[in-house]
Amino acid sequence: MVDRTPSKEPMSGGDVPLRVVLAKLGLDGHDRGIKVVARILRDAGMEVIYLGLRQTTDSIVTAVMEEDADAIGLSMHNAGHMTLAPNMVKALRQAELPVPIIVGGIVPKDDVQPMLDAGVAAVIGPGASAEEVAAIVRDAVSASV
Amino acid sequence: MGRQLQPVQEMYREAKGGDRRALGRLLTRIERGGPPADEIGELAHVDAGSAHVIGITGAPGSGKSTLTGRLVELLRDNDVRPAVLAVDPSSPLTGGAILGDRIRMEGTPSTEPSGTRSTNDVFIRSMATRGHSGGLAVAVPQAVRLFDAVGYDPIIIETVGVGQVEVDVVGAADTAVVVMTPGMGDAVQANKAGLLEVADVFVVNKADRPGADDVRRDLDLMLDLSHVTGQEDGSGYRPPIVMCSAIDGDGTTDVWQAVADHLEILGKLGRRHIRRRHRIRAEIRATLNQALDSRIDDLIYSEVGERLVSDAQNASRSPSSAAAAVLDHLLGRR
Ligand SMILES: Nc1nc2c(ncn2[C@@H]2O[C@H](COP(=O)(O)OP(=O)(O)O)[C@@H](O)[C@H]2O)c(=O)[nH]1
Ligand SMILES: [Mg+2]
Repeated sequence: MVDRTPSKEPMSGGDVPLRVVLAKLGLDGHDRGIKVVARILRDAGMEVIYLGLRQTTDSIVTAVMEEDADAIGLSMHNAGHMTLAPNMVKALRQAELPVPIIVGGIVPKDDVQPMLDAGVAAVIGPGASAEEVAAIVRDAVSASV
Repeated sequence: MGRQLQPVQEMYREAKGGDRRALGRLLTRIERGGPPADEIGELAHVDAGSAHVIGITGAPGSGKSTLTGRLVELLRDNDVRPAVLAVDPSSPLTGGAILGDRIRMEGTPSTEPSGTRSTNDVFIRSMATRGHSGGLAVAVPQAVRLFDAVGYDPIIIETVGVGQVEVDVVGAADTAVVVMTPGMGDAVQANKAGLLEVADVFVVNKADRPGADDVRRDLDLMLDLSHVTGQEDGSGYRPPIVMCSAIDGDGTTDVWQAVADHLEILGKLGRRHIRRRHRIRAEIRATLNQALDSRIDDLIYSEVGERLVSDAQNASRSPSSAAAAVLDHLLGRR
């Protein structure tokens, strides 16, 4: 039997779940990947505010403000990532929201560094494990505080 | 920038001025509880007016968020500024949650990227239950008060009508809306969950599906049989049953009408202050429960507590006598 050592529920401060806005920017209609990520982050103890498909930079900025999100996860599977992601960075800067953006989906190797240069906090490759995905989000948040 | 360090007072001023970001951050403080939440409560308490608080509850998937989105759309078109608090359960295992209510309210994204408010906007906030439902019972009324204080009216709370706290939260609203759907013996389920007692308006959603009329008939029957109707005030108020199909917007105007009518009736009967009193009492009680809970935890894991647990374990005293000893400590009787 597992010995449950006495643990107190987190009352205030301390152990607060990270809040992550998860969205698909752009027009393509695949949401399988982003749904998997939503579950991974939930299972890692995070609160995922799931916006789903076809979001705009404006709708994401609004959600980040209202939900006071700690991070944004963007899923992109079409070729638009080289303009969409930097646009998102700009929109957040304009709104003075210091929230890291993590991009997942299909991003060609050669595009990763330019995306990071444009202000994206991290790019998650298609092969990343659940643990890696959660760790990347956590690290991006701690690096931005 | 040290956003965590921004003083509550300053954020509150900004939120009152229409800063969406500041309001979002204040809501986070409320969720976390502790002294900052109390401080916000002190400020909001002074400014809060009398926003119409509407609770919407019902089984998962019954269409609460879709309906809320429709209502919000309707209100915006009428120059009203609603706020939505969408509560969903956290996973008891990991503490995480997927909060997917915004996606259903999508028809009306409140896009105001500058962070300032337009004249007809809406503010949507998702809240996870975070394991301890006692916290929810405190955080929800505090969030509602904050919305009210910075000028939102009405305030719609969406909760899944399963846990007692969720039912209580909705029951303490000015107007409690219970959403049902065809199939699954919904009316019976709702009865079991105690939802029939708290409902001021019934909505049979998904009326586009077969069986909707059966739900209406079951409900009607249950209302006939129950003694809840008008019991509270002897007014004979019987909750209306409104058919609607939130997904295509059919009947959502009727839902709003029923909700608005209910508020008017409350006012006419002079019952509104009674609801408020009930709400405030519930909040004070929940706050006390939470405070006591954490003090009990502190005690039970303290040296004294551990000793009492050991005593009970080796049978040198009973658990109830140990509890009595903890209570003495708590009340400063020793
Ligand atoms: N057929 C039908 N489906 C609906 C209706 N309203 C909502 N839905 C669907 O029911 C599902 C759950 O809706 P949602 O609003 O998220 O329910 P909630 O969990 O109660 O908030 C979604 O797939 C909606 O599209 C309706 O009036 N008719
Ligand atoms: Mg919902």
